[in-house]
Amino acid sequence: MKILAWFIGFIFLILTGFMLLTAGWEAPPMDSEQSGFRGTGMVQVSNPRVDPARLQAQLEMVPEISPLPEDGGGPRAGDIYQNVQVLGDLSVARFTRIMQQMTEWVTPEEGCAGCHVLNNLADDSVYRKDVSRHMIRMTQAINSGWENHVQATGVTCYTCHRGQNVPEYTWFNADPAAESGRGLVGWRAGQNRAAEQVGLTSLPEDPFGDYLEGTDEIRIAGRTALPEADKPGTSIQHTEETYALMMHMSTSLDVNCTYCHNSRDFGSWEQSNPARVSAYHGIRMAQTLNLEHVAPVSDLLPPDRLGPTGEGRKVNCTTCHQGVNKPLGGLQMAENFPSLYGESVSSQASAEREEQSGELVSAIPGSGNPVGTAPDSPAGPR
Amino acid sequence: MVENTNIFTRAQVHGPPDYGAPLPEGSYPRIGKPFKSYWMGKIGDAQIGPIYLGSYGVASLLAGFIAIEIIGLNMWASVGWDPVEFIRQLPWLALEPPPPEYGLSLPPLNQGGWWLMAGFFLTLSLLLWWVRMYTRARALGLGTHVAWAFMSAIWLYLVLGFIRPIAMGSWSEAVPFGIFPHLDWTAAFSIRYGNLFYNPFHMLSIAFLYGSVLLFAMHGGTVLATSRFGAEREIEQAYDRGTAFERGALFWRWTMGFCANAESIHRWAWWFAVLVPLTGGIGILLTGTVVENWYLWGMKHGLVPPYPETGVADPAAAAMQGAEQ
Repeated sequence: MKILAWFIGFIFLILTGFMLLTAGWEAPPMDSEQSGFRGTGMVQVSNPRVDPARLQAQLEMVPEISPLPEDGGGPRAGDIYQNVQVLGDLSVARFTRIMQQMTEWVTPEEGCAGCHVLNNLADDSVYRKDVSRHMIRMTQAINSGWENHVQATGVTCYTCHRGQNVPEYTWFNADPAAESGRGLVGWRAGQNRAAEQVGLTSLPEDPFGDYLEGTDEIRIAGRTALPEADKPGTSIQHTEETYALMMHMSTSLDVNCTYCHNSRDFGSWEQSNPARVSAYHGIRMAQTLNLEHVAPVSDLLPPDRLGPTGEGRKVNCTTCHQGVNKPLGGLQMAENFPSLYGESVSSQASAEREEQSGELVSAIPGSGNPVGTAPDSPAGPR
Repeated sequence: MVENTNIFTRAQVHGPPDYGAPLPEGSYPRIGKPFKSYWMGKIGDAQIGPIYLGSYGVASLLAGFIAIEIIGLNMWASVGWDPVEFIRQLPWLALEPPPPEYGLSLPPLNQGGWWLMAGFFLTLSLLLWWVRMYTRARALGLGTHVAWAFMSAIWLYLVLGFIRPIAMGSWSEAVPFGIFPHLDWTAAFSIRYGNLFYNPFHMLSIAFLYGSVLLFAMHGGTVLATSRFGAEREIEQAYDRGTAFERGALFWRWTMGFCANAESIHRWAWWFAVLVPLTGGIGILLTGTVVENWYLWGMKHGLVPPYPETGVADPAAAAMQGAEQ
């Protein structure tokens, strides 16, 4: 009897130890910064020992950027080289520079051979070369069409790739067979796993297919005090799917719910922080990118790059953000590459942009106002 | 003088086991040979057993076993019958109610059918256990207060898993059987219906919950503090001066001007405890059926102070207006 009691006590001790050591706890104290009206719980919590270090480690990996050479007005890359389908209107010097840079960003180990047949650079037989064209067009589309999300910072290949052939944080469409209720037992409605992409909750583990590719309604809370007879309410299951998407966003940006929302009324825009508008456009950007740029690439990929539905990897918030509210802390890389803003705007608009922003700026989150609230706006701390 | 100032009971009775009064003719026997446990004696009576199950108890355990078995085997199947994953992921696993498209109709077995069955057997088990509590109290000549307090908890359980889903017209509104999943359900439920903290019945339920805690601490503290004068023998003391009981009463009269008496303190405690699930159940039942968004409902009725707006506008509304112009 006594031995049994000791044994049970020992088991409890071990389990407690596991819980304390393996559950991803972070030791206090935390920093907290007020981001809204007093008394409403609008606050950002950050770990001063972990969060800046994460960004710092990412910034240290950024390859050096060579200075932008003058466009001498000479022959275009497309005139000199064969089979140039994108970036062909660049000067040869600028074209060579961005090729060099992309090598460091995406295929640092293989070098040019990552995409090209070395003795014939015009050859298209490496599938990655054609994928790169799609991805360059995507980068241009982001920088020229989604300023409401990427602002003036813009994106480069490095924002996602970080020196790897395939960006580290992506997702595959879930196997529909795994979610269906086939068989006699064990149906779990696509949830109830310690799923990393939704912050280790047991929420539905694949909110991406519905919300970052499909355009399912994210707004689940009723916006009237009383139920409306003609409007069928949103189910709890649908609510949990939205919740899962929000957990993903919170995890990938390393922010609380109150970074965007006033948690006393999540649906209310009037009480939200401005960051929510940026997130709104970010969700639509991810939908558009996955549908128009990422999904079509699936046809080019070899079978070992495809997921259970025969489609390639797709993007979500973590693909760029990687645990930082502004990817790479808002490091402005794209401005050094006017061609990544699109062919049509590359010459004229980029000249203006170069005048506006001269040097590389790295903004560390937390050093400024984290939600971008103007100091005199009504949302400012009081 | 220090016996009951310790967190453990200092005095233990060890002697021949007490078998209790003989059972009426035709009853199931009490089960188990009684024994003394030193460690149980530290926190209660040292005698363990015998236990009376009776037909209701046996039926309740059987139904409960079936429910737990359905839930557990479905959880195990959901990790592909992997025993290690079953233990590792146990807090995340659940048996889910049917998807919304099935409404109140009978879903396929593996898409909520098992959930309905588990719910049926769990409800049956709880109700049978309730009957057992009621009949045991009656058999001892007691009032049935404990059974009705238990019924209050069963009411909340039935609202969550049976009454409200029927009122909403879908089993999918009910709570999954699982540790974290039922907490996710709770959070999603609050977000879906505009923040449950603005639900007045939720407020009442919390007030009674915290009130129960306060009363429990006051009562327990008073009895322990006066037990050095024999307060646990309160009946003998109620009519005399200077007893432990009178000292306890005077303590509260002198600290807050009012004191409960030996009977009423237990009425206070009983009602506070019973009202926690009772009011909570009402609050859940009104959510989605009568009120769509508790925050907006609160704003409408002056329950919520308005705070300054942040000047952020809904981009979708702006896009709609742009399209109209």
